[in-house]
Amino acid sequence: MTLLTIRDLSVAINGTTILHDVNLTMQPGKVAAITGESGSGKSMTALAVMGLLPRGAVATGQIMLDGTDILQTSEPALCKMRGNTMGMVFQEPMTALNPVQTIGDQVAETILIHENTSKTAAHRRAAAMLERVGLPNDRFPLSRYPHELSGGQRQRVVIAMAIALRPKLLIADEPTTALDVTTQARILDLLRDLVREFDMGLLLITHDLAVVSDIADQVAVMQKGRVVEAAPTRQLLTDMRHPYTKALFAASTHTVYLPVRTASVPLLYAKNIVRDYPLPRKQLRGPRPHFRALDHVSFSIDHGERVGLVGESGCGKSTLTRAILGLEDVQGGQITLGGEPVFTGKKPNLTVRRKMQVVFQDPYGSFNPRHRVDRLITEPFHLLETPPTGMAREVEISKALQDVGLSQSDAKKYIHEFSGGQRQRIAIARALIIAPELIIFDEAVSALDVSVRAQVLDLIAALCRKRPLSYLFISHDLSVVRSITDRVIVMQAGKIVEQGETETVFTNPQHPYTQALLAAAPQLPELKHATEIV
Amino acid sequence: MSRSLIIGLYLTAFFITLAAVSLVWTPYDIQSLDIPNKLHRPDGTHLLGTDHFGRDILSMIMMGARTSIAVAVVAVGIGMALGVPLGLLAAARRGSLLDEIIMRGNDLVFAFPSLVIAILITAVFGASAVNAIIAIGIFNVPVFARLTRGAALPLWERDFILAARVCGKSAFRISCEHILPNITNLMIVQGTIQFSLGILAEAALSYIGLGAQPPTASWGRMLADAQTLVSIAPHTALIPGFAIVLTVLGLNLLGDGLRDWLDPRIRVVRT
Repeated sequence: MTLLTIRDLSVAINGTTILHDVNLTMQPGKVAAITGESGSGKSMTALAVMGLLPRGAVATGQIMLDGTDILQTSEPALCKMRGNTMGMVFQEPMTALNPVQTIGDQVAETILIHENTSKTAAHRRAAAMLERVGLPNDRFPLSRYPHELSGGQRQRVVIAMAIALRPKLLIADEPTTALDVTTQARILDLLRDLVREFDMGLLLITHDLAVVSDIADQVAVMQKGRVVEAAPTRQLLTDMRHPYTKALFAASTHTVYLPVRTASVPLLYAKNIVRDYPLPRKQLRGPRPHFRALDHVSFSIDHGERVGLVGESGCGKSTLTRAILGLEDVQGGQITLGGEPVFTGKKPNLTVRRKMQVVFQDPYGSFNPRHRVDRLITEPFHLLETPPTGMAREVEISKALQDVGLSQSDAKKYIHEFSGGQRQRIAIARALIIAPELIIFDEAVSALDVSVRAQVLDLIAALCRKRPLSYLFISHDLSVVRSITDRVIVMQAGKIVEQGETETVFTNPQHPYTQALLAAAPQLPELKHATEIV
Repeated sequence: MSRSLIIGLYLTAFFITLAAVSLVWTPYDIQSLDIPNKLHRPDGTHLLGTDHFGRDILSMIMMGARTSIAVAVVAVGIGMALGVPLGLLAAARRGSLLDEIIMRGNDLVFAFPSLVIAILITAVFGASAVNAIIAIGIFNVPVFARLTRGAALPLWERDFILAARVCGKSAFRISCEHILPNITNLMIVQGTIQFSLGILAEAALSYIGLGAQPPTASWGRMLADAQTLVSIAPHTALIPGFAIVLTVLGLNLLGDGLRDWLDPRIRVVRT
C-alpha cells in the first residue's frame, strides 16, 4: 500500500502561489527525493506534509499520509501525529537541538509527549535509540550536552529524536548539507539502514544530485513550485525527459576548460607556517594551553598557477587564508609574496596587500548593504597610492562590471537588488578591479545553486583566458576543485597531507585521508546527456 | 507603518509643536501673576485653567514642554556624542586592555543609581537646568557605549568587514564607513527611548527642586506646586501629570514603532 500520496497540492502565501499542483506518491521502505534549486518549493512541500506551513499559507489539494488527509486534520490531531507518525530531520544540527538540555532528555522528550510511560522507561528507550544511530552509551552517555558533540554526532541525535517512535514517514530536509563529506557519507548510510530496518518512508529534500542518485529510489525534480519530472531514480538517470532536469544534471557535472598554464615564476611562498590560538587556562597557574591551527604548513604558488585547497571543516583552511592575507600574524614561519613578507613587524605590509584580493563564500554577507555597487567594488582602490578619480574611476568601474558580465547601469544599484550569483560576480569584480597578482576564492561557489555555480566557474575560466590569473581556490567540494585548478593541496588537522597536480591526486591519491575524502564524496554516475546543455 | 508608530509620531509631534509655538507665542505671559484669578477651572478664557498664582496652565505646559525637550535633547546628545565613539572604539579593539577599561568604566557608571547621583551633582554644583542636563547626560553615556559595542561586535565578524580589511582600511575608517551606518537605526531607536527617560528624569529632578529653577516653567515643578492643592484644584496636578505621561508614552511608542520600521530584515521584504 502507498504510504504518502500528495495530490494536486497548491500552496499560496498571502496571495502568491508557492506550489502549483504538486503530485507525489511514495511507498513504505523506500527513499523518495525531492530536488531542485533554491526557491523551487522543496522545503515548502516537506512543511506541508508535516502540517507546518507558515502563517498565512492557504493549501488546496490532498496530502494522504497513511490514510489521513493532513490538510483536513486539526492542529491538536496533527500534534499527535508529529513525531509519532511522521518525524523530521533538519539541515542545521547546531540549531535543531536545545543547547541547555542533555541529549538523553531531548530524545526521551519525544517519547514522553506521545506515550504514557515513566521517565526511566523513556530514558532507557532513548539510550537504545541513540545506540542504534551510532552513539554508544559508554562513549556518549545520555547526560551529554549538544555542544560536547561534533556536527555529525549532533545530526545523529536529531535523527534519533525523529525516529524515537518509529514513525512511518521520516522527512529529512537537507540533512547532510551542513556536514563534511566523510560525515555526510556515514549519515546517508545510517538513513538508508534505518529505512530498511524500520520499513519507513524517507522523504529526502536535497539540492545535491549526487546524493539523490546515491540513495533515492525515486526522484521528483522541482522548479518554481512545480514538479517538472518524477520517475524512479534509475529511469530518470538514463532517460531524462524535461529540459530543466537535463540542465540541472549538466550543471552539476559541469567542467570548465582552463587555458594552459604559462610561466612558472614563484609568486607566493609559505614556509613552515605555525599558527597557535591560545585556549582558556585549565588551571589558575601554569602555561596557557594552545590550539595549533596550522602546523608547519609549507607550499608555494607560481605566477599564473591555479591551486586548490581542500579539507574538511576545522582543518585550518580559513586560518591559512587569514595568514596569507596578512590579517593575523603567525607564530612561526614566513609567508612572502613576490619576495616580500605579507606581515612586517606588527603591521600587515600594504605593498604586498595591494597584490592580493579575496572572494568570500557568503554572497549575502560580504557586502555592506548600505553602499551602492560602484562604491562597493572600488573599495580596493583604497590600497592604491593614487586611486583613479572622476572619469578614470568611472571607466574602471564599467570595465570591471563588464568583465564579470554585468552592465554599467548596475553601478548605481544597491546590493539587495541582485541575486546570489550576481552578487558573487560583483565580489569577483571587486577582487579584480586593482588587477591583483593573487586572488583567494574562499568557498566562493559553495553557497550557490548548481546552475549559477556553473556560470560563475565559467566566468573564472573566461577571466583566466583574458589574463593570466593566479588563485588559491578553497573548497570542500572536490568535483569543483578538480575542474578549476592545476594543482591541489589537501589539508587535515592543520597539516598538509598531500599536494600535487590535480589530476594525479584525484586519480591516484597517496595519503589515506585523501583516499577517504575521494571515496566519501558522492558521485553522479556517468550520464548519457551530461554534455547536452539545454 | 504600525499603529504604535503612528500614534507615537502624532503624540511626539504634538508636544514638539507646543514647545516650538511657545518660542514665539503663548496665550498668557507666565511671568506675570494674577492672584485674583488663581485656581480657575478650565474655561473659555483659560483653556486649562490657572494655578495658585493665577498663571495660565496652558502657557506653563507649553513653556514646560520646551524645558523638558531641551533638557532631554542635550542629555541624549551628550550620551550619543561620548557613548557611540567609546563603543565603536571598544568594538574595534575588542578583547584588548582598552576595551576592558572602557567597558568596566561603563559598568562603574552603571553601578550607581542614576537619580541619586543626579541629585548629588545638582546638590554639589547647585540646582539648575544645566546641571540637570549634565547629570542626566552622564548616565546616557554607558547606555550608548554598550549598545554600540554590542551591535558592532557581530558586524566585525561579517565578510564585508573582512573585505574592507583586505583593502587595507584602518579600524577607524571601517568604524566610520561600515559599522556606523549599519547601527544608525539602533541608535535612533535607543535615542527615542533615552529621550523619554530624560524627560522623566528632568521632571523628577524638578519635582524635588533640583532641576529648572523658577521662573523657568517645568512640568516636574508644576506637579510639586500642585501637590498641596490636589483636593481644591485637581486640574493643577492632573494636567502636567498627563503631559508627562503622554509625552513619555508617545516617545516609547515611537521608539518601538521605529524599531520595527527600520529593521532591515523587514525592509528587504518591503522593497
